[in-house]
Amino acid sequence: MSPAVKQWILNFFPHNVLELGADGAIILASLAILFVLTYFKKWKWLWKEYLTTVDHKKIGIMYIIAAILMLFRGGSDAILMRSQLAFPNEHFLSAEHYDQIFTTHGTVMILFMAMPFVIGLFNVAVPLQIGARDVAFPYLNAISFWLFFFAALLFNISFVVGGSPDAGWTSYTPLAGAHFDPGPGENYYLIALQITGIGTIATGVNFMTTILKMRAPGMTLMRMPMFTWSVLITSIIIIFAFPVLTVALALLLIDRLFGAHFFTISAGGMPMQYINLFWIWGHPEVYIVILPLFGVFSEVVATFARKRLFGYSAMVVSLLAISILSFVVWVHHFFTMGAGVGVNDFFGVSTMLIAIPTGVKVFNWLFTMWRGRIRFELPMLWTLAFIPNFLVGGLTGVMLAVAPADYQYHNSYFLVAHFHYVLIGGTVFGCFAGMYYWWPKMFGFKLDDRTGRWAFWTWIISFNVCFLPMFVVGLMGMTRRMYTYPAGLGWMPYNLIETIGAYGMAIGFVLMVYNIYWSIRWGERDLTGDPWDGRTLEWSTTSPAPEYNFAVIPTIKDRDHWWYVKYIEKEEEKTKPAFKPIHMPNNSGRPFIMSAAFGLAGFGFVFEWWVPAILGLLIVLICMGQRSFEVNTDHYIPVDVIERTEAEAGRL
Amino acid sequence: MSSNTPTRSHHHEEKFPWKHIIGYVLSLVLTFAAIWFVLDSHLPSSAIISAIVILAVFQAVIQLFMFMHLTEAFGPNYQQFLIFFAMFIAFTVVAGSIWIMAFKSYVA
Repeated sequence: MSPAVKQWILNFFPHNVLELGADGAIILASLAILFVLTYFKKWKWLWKEYLTTVDHKKIGIMYIIAAILMLFRGGSDAILMRSQLAFPNEHFLSAEHYDQIFTTHGTVMILFMAMPFVIGLFNVAVPLQIGARDVAFPYLNAISFWLFFFAALLFNISFVVGGSPDAGWTSYTPLAGAHFDPGPGENYYLIALQITGIGTIATGVNFMTTILKMRAPGMTLMRMPMFTWSVLITSIIIIFAFPVLTVALALLLIDRLFGAHFFTISAGGMPMQYINLFWIWGHPEVYIVILPLFGVFSEVVATFARKRLFGYSAMVVSLLAISILSFVVWVHHFFTMGAGVGVNDFFGVSTMLIAIPTGVKVFNWLFTMWRGRIRFELPMLWTLAFIPNFLVGGLTGVMLAVAPADYQYHNSYFLVAHFHYVLIGGTVFGCFAGMYYWWPKMFGFKLDDRTGRWAFWTWIISFNVCFLPMFVVGLMGMTRRMYTYPAGLGWMPYNLIETIGAYGMAIGFVLMVYNIYWSIRWGERDLTGDPWDGRTLEWSTTSPAPEYNFAVIPTIKDRDHWWYVKYIEKEEEKTKPAFKPIHMPNNSGRPFIMSAAFGLAGFGFVFEWWVPAILGLLIVLICMGQRSFEVNTDHYIPVDVIERTEAEAGRL
Repeated sequence: MSSNTPTRSHHHEEKFPWKHIIGYVLSLVLTFAAIWFVLDSHLPSSAIISAIVILAVFQAVIQLFMFMHLTEAFGPNYQQFLIFFAMFIAFTVVAGSIWIMAFKSYVA
């Protein structure tokens, strides 16, 4: 056996206790899944109902389940890091391991938790909100999901096969170049992000087209629900931002695999150019993961205050302003690079400008609640928690935008606290608000209020316990990404409190899972389709919605169409609707197979093992060719099936 | 779904595709002009590069109007806004990167 092959095989075996534990967990979990599927004879069900589906509602559910699993994965990383930092001079993790863990924590949380959660909410709500029967390109939608899925799989096996990436979630050159960081770790990062990025761009195209071209008759742009507006704007940002990431990752990959020198200074490359390209994508990216949730908050606030959303057109203008500004602020991530006074001034001021449209939105939510009859249901609780916590994150963001002061804050725990306040206080709380809000629409039952409140309070208290001290310890000089610290700096009490908060959040997560489990068993079933007394179109159909969403596509008469139908128009006469056959896309197993082949090719590229790489890409090409010649792509649901489904739902 | 439904042709059917012929001829003229600048003009290279960049911009505009349906739409014309937005982003990214990477710093 040649030494190279031997080394390659050795990659698969655990090197220490942590890897052994991860190996064991992966093997046990896989065996458990295989056993359950076989024991309950669910293989065929899984293939027919989920793996081959092109139904946006099921794809949305799969996205959200995957996102929650990844939240667990990224959260485990966080717990390991916080355990390490609880006391000075701890060596529970080696420096090398700590590097890998903060890298995967950041990458998993942004790309494999926040993104799929947000895109899952797109899928669950948007077609229902605009009165469409699916997205514009349902087959492409399935490809998007499975590309994300296999990219996440590829990224997650890195810890046990060959080693995780360890140059931070930003993967800055020259550190991430082949010279300073040999081995497969960074390749995992580059290729997994590249694969999931293809899926994300496709999602952007898909939802932009869906929203622009497939709205129900009567729904003008200015009658769209605010969540749909935010998804439209987000899709446009995705389309323009993600290609820059694709280019940056591709250049670095060519550097690493084929010995080019785009980012190696000794051969005339520019390492700083990678940082520049990364943040041209990276800053719009943070708006991609927050704007849809601003949409969620708008829906939730209007519904639970039982009032029309205040300042609808101001909200739309703010979204547009944020989308444009998001592309002209990226240098604030590297003020300390020293690009010059003019550059730093320009990007500092443009960054501060973003606070204006964001502030407009916050005031609009407050004014929507003003004199409303507020019901404190779980989605509303998460929204109310979002406003003050996000405010802390936003205001410290303005502090960081002051370029001279940023030289002090840069890469300190002050920064870490800031972006966790916006990403948890904004994105994660928003994902939870959206999940609790649309859960009945997804599954036909509500999540239990009592256990949900336990999870909620544990979460938000622990979150603040964990991250507030970071502002202080950051100003005391603690920098991010340090794997251990000496005693006697006065950091210990703060770090210990932070670690207690982190464990509290873990308990909050467990309570949330218990909340879901409890509700599956005993939760309140939603028989009306409108459990929250909602305002927008998705609440007019059954929970969960039938395959075709709406038996008859409604004609939209008002911005809050469903509210208008319920309370203003009332029901005039109940005539039996005239059903017509419904045109629907066919399911297909090819998106799954094609994405699995992408995963195989990616695995080959990671280890520069060209046989699986080329084989995987060939299968991808064959799948694309087959699709090009496919004639049988769609079918009609006959009228009697629609009548039967509607009658079963009690809608006739 | 709608992607698969056969779409009716909404744009006015002309008897002869004049627009495409004119676009085709103009594209050929611009392409050969670029070749002439490179092979036979004997100008300084900076002038040649400027000339072919300008010709390329004209070429792109002709393509957008003559072949890429920039002005046609079934409903509202969304693509014009998106093209302008794309130009804005492209300009921001290229000009911004050049500006930033020039490192006119007092610190460095």
